[in-house]
Amino acid sequence: MISREGLINTALVFGLLLVPLWAHFSDEPYIVTLSTRVAILALAGVGLNLALGLGGLVSLGHAMFFGIGGYAAGILASHAQSYTPLFEWPVVIEGTQFMPVIWLVAIVASALVALLTGALSLRTSGVYFIMITLAFGQMFYYFTISWPAYGGEDGLSIYVRDRFPGLNTLVPIQFFGLCFAALMLALVVVARIARSGFGLALNAARQNEARVRAVGIEPYRLRLAAFVISGAITGLAGALYADLNRFVSPAMFSWQTSGEIMVFVILGGVARLFGPVAGAALFIILEEVLGGMSDYWHIWLGLLLLIVVLFARGGLIGLIAGQARRDSAGEGGGHG
Amino acid sequence: MFSRTDMSLILLIEQLLNGLQFGVMLFLMSAGLTLIFGVMGLINLAHGSLYMVGAFAAAGVAAATGSFALALAASLAAAAIAGVLVEVLVIRRLYDRDHLDQVLATFALILIFSESTRWVFGSFPLYLDVPAALSGAVSLPGGISYPAYRLAIIGIGLAVAVILFLLISKTRIGMRIRAGESDREMIGALGVNISVLYTAVFALGAALAGFAGALVGAIQSVQVGMGEPVLILAFVTIVIGGIGSIKGAFVGALLVGLTDTLGRVLLPVAFGTFMDPSSATAVGAALASMSIYILMAGVLLFKPTGLYGSA
Amino acid sequence: MKLKALLAATCAAAFTMGAAYAEGVKVGMITTLSGGGAGLGIDVRDGFMLAVKQSGRADIEVVIEDDQRKPDIAVQLADKLVQQEKVDVLTGIIWSNLAMAVVPAVTAQGKFYLSPNAGPSALAGKGCHKNYFNVSWQNDAFNEAAGAWASENGIGKVFLMAPNYPAGKDMIAGFKRFFKGDVAAEVYTKLGQTDYAAEIAQIKAADADLVYYFLPGGMGISFMKQYAGSGADKPVMGPAFSFDQGILGAIGEAALGVKNTSHWSKDLDNAANKAFVESFQAEYGRLPSLYASQGFDTALLLISAMGKADVKDADGFRAALEAAEFASTRGDFKFGPNHHPIQTIYMREVVKEGDVVTNKIIGTAATEHTDAYAADCKM
Repeated sequence: MISREGLINTALVFGLLLVPLWAHFSDEPYIVTLSTRVAILALAGVGLNLALGLGGLVSLGHAMFFGIGGYAAGILASHAQSYTPLFEWPVVIEGTQFMPVIWLVAIVASALVALLTGALSLRTSGVYFIMITLAFGQMFYYFTISWPAYGGEDGLSIYVRDRFPGLNTLVPIQFFGLCFAALMLALVVVARIARSGFGLALNAARQNEARVRAVGIEPYRLRLAAFVISGAITGLAGALYADLNRFVSPAMFSWQTSGEIMVFVILGGVARLFGPVAGAALFIILEEVLGGMSDYWHIWLGLLLLIVVLFARGGLIGLIAGQARRDSAGEGGGHG
Repeated sequence: MFSRTDMSLILLIEQLLNGLQFGVMLFLMSAGLTLIFGVMGLINLAHGSLYMVGAFAAAGVAAATGSFALALAASLAAAAIAGVLVEVLVIRRLYDRDHLDQVLATFALILIFSESTRWVFGSFPLYLDVPAALSGAVSLPGGISYPAYRLAIIGIGLAVAVILFLLISKTRIGMRIRAGESDREMIGALGVNISVLYTAVFALGAALAGFAGALVGAIQSVQVGMGEPVLILAFVTIVIGGIGSIKGAFVGALLVGLTDTLGRVLLPVAFGTFMDPSSATAVGAALASMSIYILMAGVLLFKPTGLYGSA
Repeated sequence: MKLKALLAATCAAAFTMGAAYAEGVKVGMITTLSGGGAGLGIDVRDGFMLAVKQSGRADIEVVIEDDQRKPDIAVQLADKLVQQEKVDVLTGIIWSNLAMAVVPAVTAQGKFYLSPNAGPSALAGKGCHKNYFNVSWQNDAFNEAAGAWASENGIGKVFLMAPNYPAGKDMIAGFKRFFKGDVAAEVYTKLGQTDYAAEIAQIKAADADLVYYFLPGGMGISFMKQYAGSGADKPVMGPAFSFDQGILGAIGEAALGVKNTSHWSKDLDNAANKAFVESFQAEYGRLPSLYASQGFDTALLLISAMGKADVKDADGFRAALEAAEFASTRGDFKFGPNHHPIQTIYMREVVKEGDVVTNKIIGTAATEHTDAYAADCKM
């Protein structure tokens, strides 16, 4: 028997697939673009949710991985466009506009950065962890603003969207298909991780660290692994986002971006597999609808967010599924 | 005239004063934040908005009355009132929630505060100037001329630090606050009305932020969004000092103030010793803008709960 | 985000319904209307809409969108305006980095882009495009004129300061291009920095005759207030952005006597400008800023082209834009070969008129100034 949450998840998947298809056939390309944005931002949220929901790691620095993925795409594409190699020594590395390679680079680069920053950050916990991840994000932000080689604050344009074999990525619906597929794949991977021994141990470490230690598992390693996978998924989302806008800029690294990714996760429902999908969709819809109502639409957005936090615990999915959040995520009221 | 070394020594002393002044300003901002976290366990991202409220209230009152003293009083009152309203309407529902909910709710409050302020005051920066009595520079021993207003900020900040210290260590309310920090259930058992205490602490923190906003607004730009960069700095400060510790906030604020100021001045010079001037300024400036975050990461690596934080 | 303003001088529209207008023009305006930089976007919008209203034309439809000063949002809005709203002309962007993100894509899709602010060097030189028209200035222009003025007025050594980002470096490079004296120091500050005590101490200690800085928005307000209170006495100069009407109100008397370069000033003596300043004040109840004049001129350029050619006839419409036959608020106006203005840059000084702190023209810094990148532009 399918649970109510399962029904909602199914509805979300079909909704996210059918809306752009309908828009494509009724010649509303902008709605396809919006749906692509939902899919990509949801993917970034799925990445964060693995660390946040399952691992209890409240990272306010995931913009770092989003930005690294974006710049991986931007830098590789810009070198390919200008026919200049990235490195000439020790081996010549050329730029590329071939998406699978770009994605691989984005995933590996953000995983490496996640490994380094995670290894350092995970020595702390609670609010300290929130703030040290924020600090790493800010370092990247200021670095990209002042580093002139790739445009600094002006950012970097990808003049023609990168290629994928067998597809014309310039057609909005085909690019949407790619992003949707990436999202589905990530959801499957995260679902399997959650049910694996690793995922169960990670979840247990969040709820009771001592118990996990008692059976001989080092929570630090579990969390580091989760942080790396989480960063890699968000990095992939960054690469896709770069291709959606055909543009990357330091704004991808800003703490507001980290905040927004976190908002998607919480709006939809923390630790729920499809939470980020629901959250990203709701956020984009709100932005579109409210933005047309007044110059001061941020007030209404703020009020709505507030109402969700105060009265709809468990996020959108929790609200509809009619059950409280299964357990509280985060490090609890980590005090002093 | 001065020899070259005298000149650069004077410059260095002046930069140290600048670092001190920046640090003291950060302390005013961080004290409230760390107090609220220490007593209620609440992460308040909207603290920067209260700073903005204080600055706008001061600018409004100064424009209407022409008095800087009234403007400062107004900043305290407006931020405290805004603090009480926010605490009663929103924040008190968040104390027993996890950090995530607190982050999201107070993030929402930032949006509401910023755009409401823009709605009321318009999209252009407001005018707020230092009082005539404190304008211009004063001469210090050793031939240093330093802005009178910045000296005043240092003085006021140190005075506030002393008052806060006395308030917490010597008074009845301070005892309750300390009790709340160490054991939240216990103060209930002591028969203290917790919700009143919490509202009072939140209002105190808010008033401090608003006061800082007004003081700084006189030498900076009073504009929507002015609170956010300061908020991040204040978080860096209290994390370095150890969250919940007033003493930590003070030490952290001075460390951040000095690192940022001296980094901006010395790093380009340091790189200039082995690089050509224009790339040295570029690299130095880039590194200087990251310096406090590097400082914070460094402190947390050796002391994961900050300098004075308890585990 | 449909702040859709179907502008019609209502009566006129009712009577001309049957008239044989061509299709008219649909304009997409992407500008900053919320958050910290909203003042500039609002001024551009208000200036633009004032000109549209005064023209009395019912066949200009303007779709206005708020980019929140975020480049990714601007790109998405451009996609929306092109794909869904099917606009003919885009305009409105305030910031160079947003322009760099949006302009190449929309001109490549055959749309016209009229820049009411922001003139990054890349779009003036190698990246120029036949459908891109800059109605304001190339980013370096004010700085080049200031550099020339400083040299001519006996300034020997100068202290330069700007935020550490591409526009900041461009501005400083522009100044140095025309300045013949020595550079005492060149300081790059953090973007968004609000405290300049450290830099002011360096300025006081430096051996320089003049401080030249580019610090837009709140950064400039903070610097100027702190500088005035520091006891430093070196004269200060900058491009107009830091001393614009919207900003002067917040700096107050601390800015008095500061010189700044601009292609426009509200006291510029020509009939079009007088009428503009008067009607802007009547319509919105505040003094117009530089940005408002640019928005106004942008709309005038568009309207002048509409009178000559149908926007669907791209070559004809482009030729009409190139001719630029409209009564600009800055007096004479013409485009160079790279579709950037060739114009006179004035030196202004901040003065007090009654209770209002504002700018007054004190001389000419550069006549018929052309930007340095036109030679790289191959259209």
